[in-house]
Amino acid sequence: MSIWEYANPKKFMQASEAVLPWLAALTAVSLVVGLIWGFFFTPDDFRQGSTVKIIYVHVPSAMMAINAWIMMLAASLIWLVRRHHVSVLAAKAAAPVGLTFVLIALVTGALWGQPMWGTWWAWEPRLTSFLILGLFYLGYIALWSAIEDPDTAADLTSVLCLVGSVFAVLSRYAVNFWSQGLHQGASLSLDAEENVADVFWYPLLVCIGGFVLLFLTLVLLRTRTEVRMRRLLALLARERMA
Amino acid sequence: MIALVGRDLRLALRSGGGFGLGLAFYLLVAVLVPLGVGPAPATLAAIAPGILWVGALLACLLSLDRLFALDAEDGSLDLLATAPIPLEGVVAAKALAHWLTSGLPLVLAAPVLGLLLHLPPPGYGPLVLSLLVGTPALSVIGAFGAALTVGLKRGGLLLSLLVLPLYVPTLIFGAEIVKRAAAGLDSAAPMLLLAGTTAGAAAILPFAAAAAIRINLR
Amino acid sequence: MMPDLGAYAAAVLGSYAATLALLAAIVGLSLWRAARIKRTLRDVERRRERDLG
Repeated sequence: MSIWEYANPKKFMQASEAVLPWLAALTAVSLVVGLIWGFFFTPDDFRQGSTVKIIYVHVPSAMMAINAWIMMLAASLIWLVRRHHVSVLAAKAAAPVGLTFVLIALVTGALWGQPMWGTWWAWEPRLTSFLILGLFYLGYIALWSAIEDPDTAADLTSVLCLVGSVFAVLSRYAVNFWSQGLHQGASLSLDAEENVADVFWYPLLVCIGGFVLLFLTLVLLRTRTEVRMRRLLALLARERMA
Repeated sequence: MIALVGRDLRLALRSGGGFGLGLAFYLLVAVLVPLGVGPAPATLAAIAPGILWVGALLACLLSLDRLFALDAEDGSLDLLATAPIPLEGVVAAKALAHWLTSGLPLVLAAPVLGLLLHLPPPGYGPLVLSLLVGTPALSVIGAFGAALTVGLKRGGLLLSLLVLPLYVPTLIFGAEIVKRAAAGLDSAAPMLLLAGTTAGAAAILPFAAAAAIRINLR
Repeated sequence: MMPDLGAYAAAVLGSYAATLALLAAIVGLSLWRAARIKRTLRDVERRRERDLG
């Protein structure tokens, strides 16, 4: 039994229907447990005070913002090579979710930085890179909406995703290069992954797991919608011709 | 291929919108920014590298949506796609023509605009050099964006949304070159990075753009 | 029950509020769209069966 069986839309719908409720339940449980644990039952940080609690929403969303794009890249490649509709529809489904994660990462990142930097926004390399990633997401979503023919849209957005990925990596490097010129110095990064103590790490893991599950649940749900949408458009087209 | 470049150049010259529009826009940016920001020379000098580069970016965008649109409309794009020259070559030729009519004039105009923006003296040479190396990237990236949106009626705004994020590395490296040179520092590192970005873009984007055109012609 | 957030209450609470709001938005939007498309497809398919049958 290989995963390619689910490239068949019918099989995909059957399998996802069975899995979705469990996935959603698991997501809800892990998010609730993780966030409550992190918010209520962890101490303050020596340097950052209570703002350390923001890592439980900022870090998982930032990670997923990037992972979502990587998944879209893989799914787009599978579409271009093997022409499995379910794959490209999953990429289409993932984009708004990824964009939401970018927004969460930006807002929580800015709020976290505000007490430290004294401003509501700082052009610091990580935040700036996420802002640019957000623009890539917007472009991808916009291109899907703009093209009428579904297969043409699938192909063009997949090519955009590929090219965008190369430039996204290049931009990350460029932004790091760009921010070196900051006279304020390099210590503006929100590096929470380094040396996180156990007492913070375990609830963080649960939160990361929760966000991963949330991503999977939403993508599964949204892909099912896209598969239905595709069938709907085909039926409507047939009605119009008859 | 040379014939193709020549043809595009002649078309651009005849329609008149090619050279003049981008250049005029560039001038406008250089006029509007001081009006918005204030005339203090120190302020302008500090932001001049960025303004000169951002202005160039935006000016290049103006003529992009016509890159393939005219040919797509009259059917010559189909002909070009089936011609003996590979479609990738066609894209490269069109990008070159775009650069000659849109990018190169900006390179020549930039020092004059630099004067308006109080760019410090050491910056002028590197300004011209950075634009010379960077604007071809803008044309070839723009060609990719134009190829994606060639089927759309009013794809101009979408084209900008798609292309501007792709311009970010070129902008960062290009502006950095001028900033460092204006401050009297060495600008070799960003110059190498800029050249690398342009070379990489010129290598892969004709293929991506050709793929997009073939998809749109189906 | 509520931990003492000290001077950073606005930042922390704001972050959690924004996160929950944005997550609620994407979840809500996804569920709404799913229901709408499912319903429309069902209607079109019923119509098709009626017309064919």
